[in-house]
Amino acid sequence: MTPKFKRRDVLGAGAAAAGLAMAGCGNELVEAFIKTRLAEMDPKQLETYLADLEAEYSARYGKDVSVDDTQARDGVLFAYGLDLDRCNGNRRCVEACVEENNQSRAGGPSGHSNPIEWIEVFEIPKEKGVDLDEADRYFDRESVPAPGMFYLPVQCQHCDNPPCVKVCPVEATWKEPDGIVVIDYDWCIGCRCCMSACPYGARHFNWSEPNLPAEEMNPNTHVVGNRPRPRGVVEKCTFCIQRTRQGKYPACHAACPTGARVFGNLLDPASEVRQLIERKRVYILKAELNTRPSFFYFYG
Amino acid sequence: MSIVNAFTQFTTGSVRVVTRGSVGYFAWVAALLALIVTGLVAYMGQFNEGLIVTGMRDPVSWGFYIGNFTFLVGVAAAAVILVIPAYIYKWKPIKEIALFGELLAISAIAMCMLFVLCDMGRPDRLLHIMPLVGNMNLPRSMLAWDVVVLNGYFYLNLFVVTYMLVSYYRGREPNKYIFTPLVLLSIPAAVGIHTVTAFVYNGLAGRPYWNASILAPRFLVSAFCSGPAVMIVLLQVLRRVTDLEIKREAIWKIAELMAYAMFINLFFLVAEVFKEVYSDTHHLKHLEYLYLGLGDKTALVPWAWTSLIFSVVAFVLFLVPKTRQNVVTLNIGCAMIFIGVFIEKGIGLVVPGYTPSVLGEIYEYSPSTTEILVSAGIFGVGALLFTLTSRVAIAVLRGDFRLRTANQG
Repeated sequence: MTPKFKRRDVLGAGAAAAGLAMAGCGNELVEAFIKTRLAEMDPKQLETYLADLEAEYSARYGKDVSVDDTQARDGVLFAYGLDLDRCNGNRRCVEACVEENNQSRAGGPSGHSNPIEWIEVFEIPKEKGVDLDEADRYFDRESVPAPGMFYLPVQCQHCDNPPCVKVCPVEATWKEPDGIVVIDYDWCIGCRCCMSACPYGARHFNWSEPNLPAEEMNPNTHVVGNRPRPRGVVEKCTFCIQRTRQGKYPACHAACPTGARVFGNLLDPASEVRQLIERKRVYILKAELNTRPSFFYFYG
Repeated sequence: MSIVNAFTQFTTGSVRVVTRGSVGYFAWVAALLALIVTGLVAYMGQFNEGLIVTGMRDPVSWGFYIGNFTFLVGVAAAAVILVIPAYIYKWKPIKEIALFGELLAISAIAMCMLFVLCDMGRPDRLLHIMPLVGNMNLPRSMLAWDVVVLNGYFYLNLFVVTYMLVSYYRGREPNKYIFTPLVLLSIPAAVGIHTVTAFVYNGLAGRPYWNASILAPRFLVSAFCSGPAVMIVLLQVLRRVTDLEIKREAIWKIAELMAYAMFINLFFLVAEVFKEVYSDTHHLKHLEYLYLGLGDKTALVPWAWTSLIFSVVAFVLFLVPKTRQNVVTLNIGCAMIFIGVFIEKGIGLVVPGYTPSVLGEIYEYSPSTTEILVSAGIFGVGALLFTLTSRVAIAVLRGDFRLRTANQG
């Protein structure tokens, strides 16, 4: 890390000037300025911040919402495996993901429709191999698996060398010690550089106010995970950080009826995901880009 | 009289200069203000509803705004680089060329900043990306670097022109020990802003259309076409309204240099097209989308060909001495180059980079009415800024606008 000007120091020194400049700009702007980055908060600030979020969401969705900040555990490095022989394109993973992670649904009171799905499933003719130019995302899910086709779900690959993190101009996204790439939704400025940088189309933008009906809202949230997102920021798969850091499987894994999905701790020699890497042949999506994904496709 | 005092008088005097003028002047300013207000109203709609009111979506996540931004960085850079030939060929009004080049650069950078602001999902968090008060991801993020260099370039030029104008206003020659090093510094800075802007795109390995090392050189040569195009028109105006000695030969020389720059630009394009067509990989699809369309997705095709044809015609017009020395064909050439590069470095650069997307999706982007109105409003801001500052500069250079000292009565 390079030493840098702490925002707080600047605030201290120039508070009066900044205050004056901001006075006419409305409360929201003042708040946005004074807010501290999640990564820079001291424990007390963090506590207040999380409590405020919980109060805000509980009021908005009319239920008891928790926003936790469970940290990465030592000795844990998450990895995902996906069996291309088993996946049959049923898209249950996509539905489970949307429900678990409070993604924006189609339609909504804003009059605009901005549905977001963190997982995309592609249908590709078998003879083409993994060729995304031949991939169809609008395949008929009622008739899967279609003869001669195979299915390729794509979500955030949680790269070890993530291009999205590198390009973010404000350090609003970073890689956690357990390998999960996360976003500070309250620091993201919505420039969408990360979306241009991501070779997997994994990042999604809230083009309008997200549509999350109260009755469908999942109240168990993580601060850099599935808590409701504001308009104008980027979001993506977090390996279900709110579940996996509590020792549960990601929602997509739990929902998969074919057993194509494998998840676990890469550092644990007995884990399923470690076993698969040791025993199977794996396929890395766009390996030539040296993004070094934590997501391994394999052949049963 | 102290410098502070002179500066205050200069500022209040400038207000007087820009609020007086002919009917034509006021009509022009009123038209620009109307354009700006329309843009502002459109932006209010976007501010309230979100970027959903644009044509952008996840597969094509940058569009007209960032395209215009990229084009204008080029205009800002090249206007100042014109100082180099002015020096080499010993054009008489070298200081004036530098002065107006920097005025144009300031207006262009102001537009660039507005375009980035309008493209932000969270304009309320603008301060997060500002030097010192924000939290910039340096040295890793190219966009963070771009913010640094654009800000630096903006203030550098602002200082130089203010210093020069206030000096003339006080009836003094600018001190060459202040003026020369700063102008010399602004030349590599101009190259720098355009290179860093190219690197924002260039460094994205997942986007083969941008991930070509020819991108930054192409940016620079195409900018050396669009920036001087504006300057040629401006110098002709200056010749009429001031007694500045701007030789016709200087203008012709600029046109000739633009022809060479356009030749290099077209050559780079040929190099790019050859590489993609002959290799015939998946990467060809982006170029195909631009010039031929993919299936029924052909929105960019007419624009791409307009740009190419305009560029080639302007190249010929500026290459042939007869046509570059003819006032009509010279100005037609300037307009064609400006439009040609505007398309090439705008949507022609941004949109094919996303089409097809990294996952093979072909989403056809076209700018929404909001995007067009907001963009027109921002161009209005730039044109107004340039009009007003040039008016002050012309008044100063003509000697109409001078500091009145006590002994002059």
